[in-house]
Amino acid sequence: MANPNEVKLVAMPSKNKLPERDIDKAPILEVAHLGIDFGGLTAVDDFNIAIGRTEIAGLIGPNGAGKTTVFNMLTKVYEPTRGMILLDGKDTAHMTTVQINKAGIARTFQNIRLFDKLSVEDNVKIGLHNNTDYSVFSGIIRAPKYWREEKKAHERALDLLGIFDMQDLANAQAGSLPYGAQRRLEIVRALATQPKLLLLDEPAAGMNPSETAELMDNIRKIRDTFQIAVMLIEHDMNLVMGICEGIAVLNFGKIIAKGTPSEIQNDPVVIEAYLGKHKEEE
Amino acid sequence: MTFLSHVINGISLGSVYAIIALGYTMVYGIAKMLNFAHGDVIMIGGYMCFIATMSLHLGTIPSILIAVIVCTLLGIVIERLAYKPLRSASSLAVLITAIGVSYFLQNAALLIWSSNTKSFKSVVAGVQPVKLFGDKLSISAEAILTIAVSVVIMICLTLFTGKSKMGKAMRAVSEDRGAAQLMGINVNKTISMTFAIGSGLAAIAGVLLLSSYSSLTPTTGSMPGIKAFTAAVFGGIGSIPGAMLGGILLGVIEILGKAYISQELSDAIVFAVLIIVLIFKPTGLLGKKIKEKV
Repeated sequence: MANPNEVKLVAMPSKNKLPERDIDKAPILEVAHLGIDFGGLTAVDDFNIAIGRTEIAGLIGPNGAGKTTVFNMLTKVYEPTRGMILLDGKDTAHMTTVQINKAGIARTFQNIRLFDKLSVEDNVKIGLHNNTDYSVFSGIIRAPKYWREEKKAHERALDLLGIFDMQDLANAQAGSLPYGAQRRLEIVRALATQPKLLLLDEPAAGMNPSETAELMDNIRKIRDTFQIAVMLIEHDMNLVMGICEGIAVLNFGKIIAKGTPSEIQNDPVVIEAYLGKHKEEE
Repeated sequence: MTFLSHVINGISLGSVYAIIALGYTMVYGIAKMLNFAHGDVIMIGGYMCFIATMSLHLGTIPSILIAVIVCTLLGIVIERLAYKPLRSASSLAVLITAIGVSYFLQNAALLIWSSNTKSFKSVVAGVQPVKLFGDKLSISAEAILTIAVSVVIMICLTLFTGKSKMGKAMRAVSEDRGAAQLMGINVNKTISMTFAIGSGLAAIAGVLLLSSYSSLTPTTGSMPGIKAFTAAVFGGIGSIPGAMLGGILLGVIEILGKAYISQELSDAIVFAVLIIVLIFKPTGLLGKKIKEKV
């Protein structure tokens, strides 16, 4: 059973530094000793991190390091084998995926998972589902409440699409959008669920350099406008080093380094495990 | 004129198939399972309406309401007790369970109401048929009611799935259950609602069907159930417009086959058409192409 006192008993590992402005506030996310085994294989082990209220944090590492697995544990797609996740100070151990979303985590996917057959606007409205308030019955008989709430959702959806100047595409079918626009729509859909922490899984994958530069501005803009934290997995080092305030490097399921972009760039362990290889490729 | 009258009767019968097929196709689209007990819900709806009128002496509309409410609840209960525990089981296990539920309902009805055929009184009994073209074309009140009700249902359902938040949630769950959950959509609630709507519609279909074909027995639902399932596959299972189109075409083919080819072979003709359609269009008339992701 969930014992509220239990939370305090778990020794929190030494915290990574939060950005200046977030230091006085409790972190939005605290993860301690998180780990998961698949059969006999340990995919992620002893994962510790703290993320500030309005921090943009990066999670990097070679392919197969376990980055997406961390996202899947945070959102309860996978049930962690060990460890603790505190979201806004609350233990998420007994929460389901849906409850996690309602409690404040929204995410995007490495391989885009939009509702292809729905319109762009309807995809955003799916994100707004829990903030649109009318019953099945009013939905069938189309009571005044239905019209009021649907109008509100429509306006909100267009507002959110405005972040990426996508209002014109509202009626297009999501599956027909170009790749970059689909990635942006996924971010909008996630934002519609009113998260406190937004998880972005390779948001710049498949984008050209100018699109990536624009995406960086937009991630900052989202953080500033909504005052939320963002955690992103990304292979594009320009993006990661350009916007992340704290970075954790994962290799073979373990964090091998944590720090600011400049600390990470100069860390010999990271260079060996990751950046060295990255430079060779270029 | 006789031809026209056959077509109208076909559309009327087909509308009933369409309403039942909607239940099959919606449940398949969202829960990815074939609910073979769906046909028997029609029968329960028929008995409920029968009891309400005959034993409780209620009026037509309250009786239909009782049938709809009981079947809606029955749908939710069946899903909760029989299918929800199997959410992560193999689809074969769910299919066998559905067949089990179907036999359970039939035998429960047999136990409660015995195998004696009850004569269902049409909900529009006593209403004169409409005569057109100087009495050459006569359309029964039942046929008119059936067609009108199914048009209303189809419009409501299309608006519901297209324009309301629950309808959109249903479509999202049917496309990608995992992503929908991550956006905060409660999948269990969505599936439960789909069963509720499908079963409520089945009750209406039962009342309409029995108004035209009055004999009510515990196995009344099985043949229309199979035909409606055929209609859903015919139109493209998972597709709501497909179920409507498939149902109506099936009804027309069945009645025309009966009238012009052979009374006995009409069912065989229906299934032969299905086979031919599936050879040329394996996903059904309006079925979605299955996209291979590479």
